[in-house]
Amino acid sequence: MIDFVMPTLGADMDEGTLDEWRVTPGDTVTRGQIVAVVETTKAAVEIECWHDGVVQELLVPVGQTVAVGTPLATLLEPGEAPGGPSARPEPGAGDTTEPVETSPAPTRPAPAAPVGHRLWVSPVARRTAAALGVDLKGLTGTGPQGAITLHDVEHAAATAHHETPKPPPPPQQPVSAEPKSAAQKARERGAAMRASIAAAMSRSKREIPHYYLADEIILDTALDWLTDQNAGRPITERVLPAVLQLKAVGLAARKFTEFNGFWHDEGFVPASGQHVGVAISLRGGGLVAPAIHDVSEKTLSELMSDLTDLVARARAGSLRSSEMSDPTITVTNLGEQGVDSVFGVIYPEQVAIVGFGRPAQRVVAVDGGIRVATTTYASLAADHRASDGARGALFLAEINRLLQQPGEL
Amino acid sequence: MKTTYRSAVHDAIADAMRADETVVLLGEDVGRYGGTYAASKGLLEEFGPERIRDTPLSELGFVGIGIGAALNGLRPIVEVMTVNFSMLALDQIVNTAAALRHMSGGQFSVPVVVRMATGAGRQLAAQHSHSLENWYAHIPGITVLAPATVADAYGMLRTALTHPDPVVIFEHVALYNLSDDIESLEPTDIRTAAVRRSGGDVSVITYGGCLPKALEAAGELARDGIDCEVIDLRVLRPLDDATMLESVRKTHRVVVVDEGWRTGSLAAEISARIVEQGFYELDAPIARVCTAEVPIPYAKHLEQAALPQVDGIVAAVRSLFGESPR
Repeated sequence: MIDFVMPTLGADMDEGTLDEWRVTPGDTVTRGQIVAVVETTKAAVEIECWHDGVVQELLVPVGQTVAVGTPLATLLEPGEAPGGPSARPEPGAGDTTEPVETSPAPTRPAPAAPVGHRLWVSPVARRTAAALGVDLKGLTGTGPQGAITLHDVEHAAATAHHETPKPPPPPQQPVSAEPKSAAQKARERGAAMRASIAAAMSRSKREIPHYYLADEIILDTALDWLTDQNAGRPITERVLPAVLQLKAVGLAARKFTEFNGFWHDEGFVPASGQHVGVAISLRGGGLVAPAIHDVSEKTLSELMSDLTDLVARARAGSLRSSEMSDPTITVTNLGEQGVDSVFGVIYPEQVAIVGFGRPAQRVVAVDGGIRVATTTYASLAADHRASDGARGALFLAEINRLLQQPGEL
Repeated sequence: MKTTYRSAVHDAIADAMRADETVVLLGEDVGRYGGTYAASKGLLEEFGPERIRDTPLSELGFVGIGIGAALNGLRPIVEVMTVNFSMLALDQIVNTAAALRHMSGGQFSVPVVVRMATGAGRQLAAQHSHSLENWYAHIPGITVLAPATVADAYGMLRTALTHPDPVVIFEHVALYNLSDDIESLEPTDIRTAAVRRSGGDVSVITYGGCLPKALEAAGELARDGIDCEVIDLRVLRPLDDATMLESVRKTHRVVVVDEGWRTGSLAAEISARIVEQGFYELDAPIARVCTAEVPIPYAKHLEQAALPQVDGIVAAVRSLFGESPR
């Protein structure tokens, strides 16, 4: 028996709402198959299953919001006999272990919420919600351990109060089922995304000791090379300069492993692949930074088509779970917006973000002469717990070197 | 006029002895030495050895003498050097002083005042640093006081000496040097808790030696926009539930700061009362800041680490807010 659980799609995700099941009990699933769609604060994300097996039971109905780690479905392993839904062991049943003496309670409430608990509402919030007629189910808790607090209820009541009263529904329509309009859903998602960006970025600046390095990179060689390459391709397959930067970052991150991975409580854990997160701004506001997988292994053409696909799906709000949770380093490029340089804020628990500004013609001194060249300012914001400035300088220099040797990309 | 907690205790004893000739003081080193914490300096010279009695090192004996004297019409103040040594006199206090009115059908009252130093923080190690106020607060028949301010050090002792039944007063060792600018010292009540700082976001409930720490934490949190109400219990038995609950109805959040060990502590009793009587007012779990459950270490840094500190109080308060805007 395998529990298929609500995955975490980023350090700032605590819960998700099940939007859609793509499988039904009895279906055979294979590793990597998309089995469900989950609505997070950032997007509707397609969730992949990482086991081969047969779907036995769907535990969470569509529309329900559950905490990260909550079992969504059970799968039978290949060859496993179905035991029926009741085969799941009841907690405590047949438990023969001796009760463990409990140590004195910790000062603070335990941070991790037990899986699948009922809606946590503080006593005064529950009482006030009843008095004001606020439906607790729709609220997001901001209190300790995510509990709904008095503030959340009062805020909800005040918001409801300020909305213009809706005209009464036409009598022939059922009153109960009132699906949220797309615009309302988008508005709520926008507010929720703002909150989750705020949480992740606050955590970053609170916990991560950033250091910043910058370098001016001459792009003439790379751009000339790319023009030659693109001349032989159909327009739809032409590669953008941003893809060269992505590949260069991926290759440099493979060589300088301390910029590619995660800082956990116990220290830095390098990642095995180079999954480069691409910061994508969304039209309705906010941003996401989903991963392009195995950047250092892919050709420029593959990366170009991955990037096009990723941007389109990010803006359509249909990313996959592995894309949300896998980035091992992030690239942000604000060149299109016309700024010279960008110094990024690291997305926890990653340890580095590389920024590129606008490529432009600038006066440069080369080999004792002055000439006009197309350059861009590259920056590195890195976590000083995981790396030091000297290595950061070498990492940035490697990106520069690769962009001077585009044939290696 | 600047007055210290130490001199407030001294003046309360002296003023009471001048006002009432039945008041006597007895205990180890209270006479010639002037008191272990110098609370009775000069009293032997003023009142003589009949009323200021140095006793042998026998808490069981001299607390019993105090109870006997009280039964026979005197108003004895018995000084026990520290709460640790009072365990030798538990039989006298719990089995005799606290029970006699009840067991005699109201014929006898025991108007004795037992003062003792309590608490840690002075590197006196595991046998001289206890905070066992909760042991006494458990016992019906006695009133238990924990003055935490200069005014109360004087005022509560004066009022205790008018009480018809046994009163146990805990003076925290870290408070003796506390000083305050006070016009005149007056008797204060021995029934109610006091709001030492008014606030709307969280009730920090404490007593005795932790009060200055709680106030300091409140000052620090105020800079972050968290408005603490700090309640000084003052009276540990009977507890003033009304003041605590009035505060909880306003703030909806509670942190209890108690130098006792967490298990079976006063902090536990306070938490239980608030949940029993104020459950529907709570917006977050009750947090407790107590002493680590180890014998109090001798080494200064370990001792400080074991005791409730400002940082721990600040962290406990913050833990009640989650991401809620304030």
